[in-house]
Amino acid sequence: MSRVDSALRRAWELLAIPVLAIFLAFLVGAVVIVLSSGLVGKGFDLGLPLTAYAALIQGSLLTPTGIVETFVQATPLLLAGLGVGLGFKAGLFNIGAQGQFLLGAVGAIWVGTVFEGAPAVVAISAALLAGMVVGGAVGFVPGLLKATSGAHEVVTTIMMNYIALAALSWLVTGPLKLPGSPQPVTASVTSAALPILVGRDGHLGILIGLVAVPLLWFLLYRTTRGFEIRTVGANPDAARYAGMRPRLVTVVVMTLSGLLAGLAGAGNVLGLNHQMTATFSTTVGFDSITVALLGRSNPWGILPAALLFGAMRAGAGLMQIQAGVPAELVDFVQAVILLFLVANSVLRRLFRLRGVTAELGTTETLSRSYGSEGVH
Amino acid sequence: MNASDATPRPAPPPQAAPGPPSPGTGPTAADAPALEMRGITKRYPGVVANDHIDLDVRHGEIHALLGENGAGKTTLMNVLYGLAQPDEGQILLDGQPVRIASPADAIRRGISMVHQHFMLVPVFSVAENIVLGEETMANPVFLDLPEAERRIRALSEGFGFDLDPEAKVGQLSVGQQQRVEILKALYRDARLLVLDEPTAVLTPQETEEIFVLLKRLAAGGHSIIFISHKLYEVLEIADRITVIRRGKVVGHRVPAETDEDDLAELMVGREVQLTVDRGTSHPGEPTLEVRGLRVKDDRGSEVVRGVDFEIRAGEILGLAGVAGNGQDEMVEALVGLRSPTAGTVTLGGRDITRHNVRSINEAGVGYVPADRHRFGLVLPFPVSDNLVLTDYYRRPYARGIVQDEAAIDHACEVCIEDYDIRTPSADVPTRTLSGGNQQKVVVAREFRRDLQLLVLDQPTRGLDVGSIEFIHKQVIAKRDAGTAVLLVSAELDEILEMSDRIAVMYRGQLVAVLDGRTADKNQVGLLMATGGHAAGPAASSGAVA
Repeated sequence: MSRVDSALRRAWELLAIPVLAIFLAFLVGAVVIVLSSGLVGKGFDLGLPLTAYAALIQGSLLTPTGIVETFVQATPLLLAGLGVGLGFKAGLFNIGAQGQFLLGAVGAIWVGTVFEGAPAVVAISAALLAGMVVGGAVGFVPGLLKATSGAHEVVTTIMMNYIALAALSWLVTGPLKLPGSPQPVTASVTSAALPILVGRDGHLGILIGLVAVPLLWFLLYRTTRGFEIRTVGANPDAARYAGMRPRLVTVVVMTLSGLLAGLAGAGNVLGLNHQMTATFSTTVGFDSITVALLGRSNPWGILPAALLFGAMRAGAGLMQIQAGVPAELVDFVQAVILLFLVANSVLRRLFRLRGVTAELGTTETLSRSYGSEGVH
Repeated sequence: MNASDATPRPAPPPQAAPGPPSPGTGPTAADAPALEMRGITKRYPGVVANDHIDLDVRHGEIHALLGENGAGKTTLMNVLYGLAQPDEGQILLDGQPVRIASPADAIRRGISMVHQHFMLVPVFSVAENIVLGEETMANPVFLDLPEAERRIRALSEGFGFDLDPEAKVGQLSVGQQQRVEILKALYRDARLLVLDEPTAVLTPQETEEIFVLLKRLAAGGHSIIFISHKLYEVLEIADRITVIRRGKVVGHRVPAETDEDDLAELMVGREVQLTVDRGTSHPGEPTLEVRGLRVKDDRGSEVVRGVDFEIRAGEILGLAGVAGNGQDEMVEALVGLRSPTAGTVTLGGRDITRHNVRSINEAGVGYVPADRHRFGLVLPFPVSDNLVLTDYYRRPYARGIVQDEAAIDHACEVCIEDYDIRTPSADVPTRTLSGGNQQKVVVAREFRRDLQLLVLDQPTRGLDVGSIEFIHKQVIAKRDAGTAVLLVSAELDEILEMSDRIAVMYRGQLVAVLDGRTADKNQVGLLMATGGHAAGPAASSGAVA
């Protein structure tokens, strides 16, 4: 009995903040829907949020196509979110997932085109590996800078994002441009295209994402390396005292984090687009930060968080058609979730949550990311 | 006191009438206690921190509040200071029931708290620190600092504080800084002062000085609540003593009718051995040899300036010294956290100078760091993780890179049993344990291995007598098993009780090595304060720059 009680209590402590953040964000979204319905001159439609959210659910969860689409949308968020979450566990705030994602995608396409005509297994492996190597390299640089000079990863990863954008644009308009094409696009991969496993575009990447979750959990919670990562994140001084090497851990984790974001980019582009354009546009890298925060940096938390965001994207189209609510509402709700997560002390005060703790290594990383480095 | 009140106030005469006169309020006579707390009860989820506590403090009395960590002293003082509201009970000031809503409210009612950690701005002068938040204004824009300084000087001289209002706080010794804190309270018209472990950071000489001052304040009609676990201090300074244990008042004493053993038993709830039975030691061959060691601090100045010493197997070397004389840096150099600039460190004949932390650890060096929260523990982690923090990567706790949960759990059970760590389970966050039990986690982890050398930096700081007794016994056991022990402590009594030899560190050098069984407390205290160069207390007051 008391064991059940304490398990429930523990679950509440873990879930209270994310669940409340999601619930409140949808509530705020509903208010915005009603207000905007009034502004377009049809009078305030109090029932509209229900219609819109029903369509959102129907489009994402209630049809086979919707479910596949949910997973397709969730996969890049999941992989990149695992990367960002891994960083949080080590006390590192990787804002560079966006750049790592983009360059990982370009790297995969480039190697994919090189291996055009090779057996699919070879081409796919080589292309995915390329995405990981490039993403890892983009993460390695800020990791190395932090370990050697103390340059803060928030600053350097943001800068790497600009470098990545410029590099993408140069590669696609220059060396990798499809000869003879009027547009700045790369050649399409066919040998390295990920096979479709289910539905219209349920590609192999989904499986990779799902396998990555237990692997990362195992790394973090069942290996000595994971123990080192978590110790460095929770208390770098104690890590040094215990004979660990926080600088090395910083470099390795930033590289792994970039590697996962690069894999997310590679999987996405090899599974869906099959080529890169200079204007390739995505917000996966940034959204994955919200996903990691919502999942409290734990792989098993990041999975449902990514699926939630994937579902919102999958259902947004139907919501727009059926309820006339712009698909961008989904971005709005997502942003409000992030606000509630980061300002979780507001939630705690509002709902008098006692004993509910924000996951350490996440919020602490956020709050110490600006200027307080080295201050105790 | 508001900003317009610029009239000079004379220093209170020593025989000031106790308590503010509150005309026409019936029973509120001058004979009502300055403070009465009746039936204070404060519950937190799962624990009753204060269980119907009664406390009364008379005018001009020094009242000691004695109790182990977690007994409820802090909660009670938080209630008094308006930081927590009691679930039941009443607070009366001068016989009047009051509700104290916040610390600002408490200060307005003449209650002031001097914390263990000073809340001072080092680059400000004494006067600036004192008026901070309570500034005397010449006009709506400018401070009237000269006026404030004049008042502070008058107060300071009235009570014999010996403080220059214009001196920068950063240049004062720890003892002087504490006097600034007390003066700050008096400047705000405090009638009731709460001092939380005021002597924890002081040298014996500074402790004597602060006691003289506190007695003078009490004679002037101020009431003082003195919180401490140091029994002999309580006996020396208190008029009356209230002992609390597990949230309840378990007894009242007056110093004349009690002694340390009685107080300790009352506080802990069982008979406690206060002084360690250290037995006889049988030192063997030198285990640790340090030659010409020089170490720089983080700012690059040399704080360990050529230190030579050795510790034999089965011997405890106590290192005495006022904090900040290079002990921390020397210890860090010994355990591999800091690289010495010159000199050699040899362990069992093997040179370990500039080896890294892990290799020194594997060579058989255990280390209990001074700051257990910063270095010794990862507080959000479960107890089990902290018990393997330094050997998580080794068999049997890991095979390759995969951790062996069963082996870790088993080791934890043994540790929790052997070292009497009071915890609901090995899975709770270490943060939730009491200070004494947190330290036992560190001790268990470091002591359970076979060790050549054990480095203990402030091993019992802030712990209750029960935990201190336990840890001291473990150290003696380790010594008897043939381990060389380096004991660094600001607690002079601990050094004197435990050490076979005592080295005194002063400004980065060892100025004396004494026999631990014959060394005299005053002699060691004087060496700590002056380095033995300049005799007399004149040099000691400016010793800490």
